[in-house]
This record gives sequence, C-alpha cells and structure tokens, in this order.
Amino acid sequence: MSDPKIRLRGVSKQFGPKVVLSGLDLDVPERESLVVIGGSGTGKSVMLKCILGLIHAEAGSIQVDGEETRDVRGRRRTKLMRKFGMLFQGGALFDSLRVWENVAFGLIQGEHMKRRDAKGVALEKLAAVGLGEAVAELSPAELSGGMQKRVALARAIATEPEIIFFDEPTTGLDPIMSDVINDLIVQCVRDLGATALSITHDLASARKIADRIAMIHQGRIIWSGPVAEIDDSGNPYVDQFINGRAEGPIHMEVRRP
Amino acid sequence: MNPVALVGRIFLAFLQAVGRLIMFAGDGLSHCIRPPLYPRLILRQMLDIGYYSLPVVGLTATFTGMVLALQSYTGFQRFNAESAVATIVVVSITRELGPVLTGLMVAGRVGAAIAAEIGTMRVTEQIDALTTLSTHPMKYLVAPRLIAGILMLPLLVLTADIIGVMGGYLVGTHKLGFNPGVYLHNSWQYLETLDVVSGLVKAAVFGFVITLMGCYHGYHSKGGAQGVGGATTNAVVSASILILISNYFVTEMFFSR
Repeated sequence: MSDPKIRLRGVSKQFGPKVVLSGLDLDVPERESLVVIGGSGTGKSVMLKCILGLIHAEAGSIQVDGEETRDVRGRRRTKLMRKFGMLFQGGALFDSLRVWENVAFGLIQGEHMKRRDAKGVALEKLAAVGLGEAVAELSPAELSGGMQKRVALARAIATEPEIIFFDEPTTGLDPIMSDVINDLIVQCVRDLGATALSITHDLASARKIADRIAMIHQGRIIWSGPVAEIDDSGNPYVDQFINGRAEGPIHMEVRRP
Repeated sequence: MNPVALVGRIFLAFLQAVGRLIMFAGDGLSHCIRPPLYPRLILRQMLDIGYYSLPVVGLTATFTGMVLALQSYTGFQRFNAESAVATIVVVSITRELGPVLTGLMVAGRVGAAIAAEIGTMRVTEQIDALTTLSTHPMKYLVAPRLIAGILMLPLLVLTADIIGVMGGYLVGTHKLGFNPGVYLHNSWQYLETLDVVSGLVKAAVFGFVITLMGCYHGYHSKGGAQGVGGATTNAVVSASILILISNYFVTEMFFSR
C-alpha cells in the first residue's frame, strides 16, 4: 500500500490548561475523501489548522506526501501551501475585492498569473460552481450565504490543488443548498483528482461526500472506516453521535437548572 | 492573591506585550524592504491615509494657527513683544503643533480604521484564508500600510504647516492689525530648515507608530465584534500615547544641547 497523502501521528495541541488534541493519529490516502465528524469543541477545526500550519502543533508528526511539515515556515511553507485549497466555514471571502478577484486571488498572488488570464480562469471556476459572469463583478456582501459558499468553493479549487480541506461546508445553509454544495464538492474533488479532508457534524453531508469517515472525540480519532460501515460501527460513541442521542458515553457539559 | 505576585505577573505580561510588539514591528519592517511589494495596495493606502485625511488635518491646522496667533498676541502684549507673534506661530506650528496634532488626528481616523479592517479580517478567518492562498498576511496587509504611513504623514504635516501658518496670518492681519508684508517677513526671518525638518521626521515616526498600532491590534484581535471594538480602541489609545512619548525623544534628538 502506498504512503498516505496526509499522515498525522501523535499530534497534540493545548491552549493554556485546555487540551484540544491529545496524540491524534490519522491517515488520508491519496485521492480519497475523508470526513472527520465529531461534536463541537472536540478539536476538528484545530486539527485542520494544524495541518495547514495556521496553528502550530506542540507535539507529534504531520506529514504531507511523506514530508514532515509541522515546523515548516517561510518560503517552504508558502510552497507547501500551493498544494492546498481550503473552504472556510464562513467563506472568508475578502470584502474589499470583487467576486472574480476573490476566486483569482491565489492565481494572481500565489502563482503570479496576469490579471486578465486569472480572470478567465476565475470565470471558468465560477461557472463550474453554477455562477454566471454577472456575479463575478459583484462584491461578496451582495451575495446570499449559499452563493458565498459557492464562490468560496470556486476560490478553493481555482489553483487546482492536490489536497482540499472543507471546514463545515454546509453549516448555516438550508437543506437544499446544502445538497447543492455537497454535490459540487463531490464533483470538484472528482474532476481535480484531489485528496479531500472535510470536517463536519452534518451527517447527511458526511455520507454524501465521504469515501471514509473518522470520528474525533476528546482530541483523538476513536473510530474510522468506510462510509457504508458507519451505521454498524459497533462503537457506542459513533452510534450516539449519528443517532443524535443525549444519553450515551458522550457527556455534554450542560448545567441543569 | 499575594500582591507582590500580582505586580510581578502584571510586569511580566507587560514585558511579554512589549516583546510581541517589537517582534511584530521588526517582522513588518522586514516585509517593507523584501520583495515582492504590492504597489497597487501601497497606492491605495497612501490615498486612504494621505488624501482622505486632508480635510480633518486642514481644519485642525487652520484653527490651531488662528488660536495660536490670538493667544500669543494677548500674551506678548503684556511685554510689548507683539512683533514676535508671527515667529512664534511659525516655529510652534512647524516644530510641534503641526506634527503632533496631525498625528493625533490621523491616529483617530486612520489607526481606528486599520484596526477595525484587519480585526474584522482576523475574526472572519480572512487572514487565515490569505495564508492558505500562499500570501503572507504581513506582506499583504501590514507592509503596505506601514510604507504608506511613513510616506504620507510628512506630506500631511507639510500641508498642515502651510495651512496653520496661513491661519495665523489671517488672524494676524485681519483681526490683530498686522501689516501683511511685515507678518510674512517675520514668519520667514527666524524660520530655520531644522524647524521644518524636525517636524517632518516626527511625522514619519508618527506615521509608523499609527499604522503599526492599527495593524498590531487588528492582527491580534479575537472574540468577534467585541474583540474588534477593543482592538480599535486600543489602537487609537496606544498610538496617541506613543505619539506623545516618541515626540519627546525626537525633540530631544534634534534640540537637546
């Protein structure tokens, strides 16, 4: 079996006294779509940001294509970032730029493509997520939440990255728009032949976009397997989570009146 | 808590904050001189900081010059030294009031705007998005503002000097009965190059301080709208205090014997 595209071993991170990741292990094989599920505050976003280098993990190993990246900084980090595309939970579109400039940003700033050429690519990518040329000249504030998410997806795939991260891609969207976004994610990842790592607590989304699912709890991966096996995982934590039960081994910190 | 421990903790936190600010300033300055630079962004910031500050700076300078002429006239009248009014106005404006009042006004207008913009980008993950698009936030957001601040404040102060002196001239000739030719002659006669140059050097320092504090507090803001509000307040307050402190040291550098 070939080396995984992303390999995490013993990754740990804490903020003050709060331990968020405690020796997390995870493999993401090449061209596979892995979705990490888990409750709020279990360390999903921190894990993603540690891989991206936005947060520095205190211990452990983070390998991308077999290369250790945990302490990579400066130009090597910039070069490494070219492999990545990222869809942020809130879109994170740049308010001061028009829609097409947002999509073309990585091409112009990261790959030094000419603005005119980059605009052409941006329009192609916008079309790929179902948005027309009229939208390209608008500012992000003029778009609905679903359209912003699609623009953010177009920006994430514009540089045709090898690895795409999706942070809660359907949060805040209605069920129909969520399904549209899920379909677009599946299609874009397949067309690019990319490796995808998503985090979500939306089970419908996870079932649709994942080849494999892993569950994170208290900063560790406690189960992983093919998406078809999640209903028969035999793991009480996974069962409680996918069935949305308050009773079970996962205790929410809720103070009773 | 033990009061000595509390003092120690506060002192250590202060040192930590100073260290972080110095590291941030060094990093920002290093990006100002290392390519690639962003001429388009620098020009836009020069326009924001320089051109759009002209009305507020012009008004401040006009009335400061007018009040200065009036006050010095009523004061010097007691010693029959009314002829010194023009000289006092021009020296006070060029050495002190022009740079300091311009600095304080720009700190309120520009420092707050920078902190709010970068702070909002931080809490909406736009700064993280920049990093994932292979663009260094210090180079893209901080360096253009620092360069524009350092370049534009001297130009603003030069404008304020001219307008302020003209404000004094208007009051002197129309209200206090000075002969226009004599007033202008007295203004020029005792004005030295060092008076203007020291003011312009102060302006460059203030420009750096204002943009640095705006960027620093915005960059490190957290916690949503309240965090951005706090960053904005801190940027204006700290820039204003640092302007007054640095004003003393630059004055001592030029004029101490």
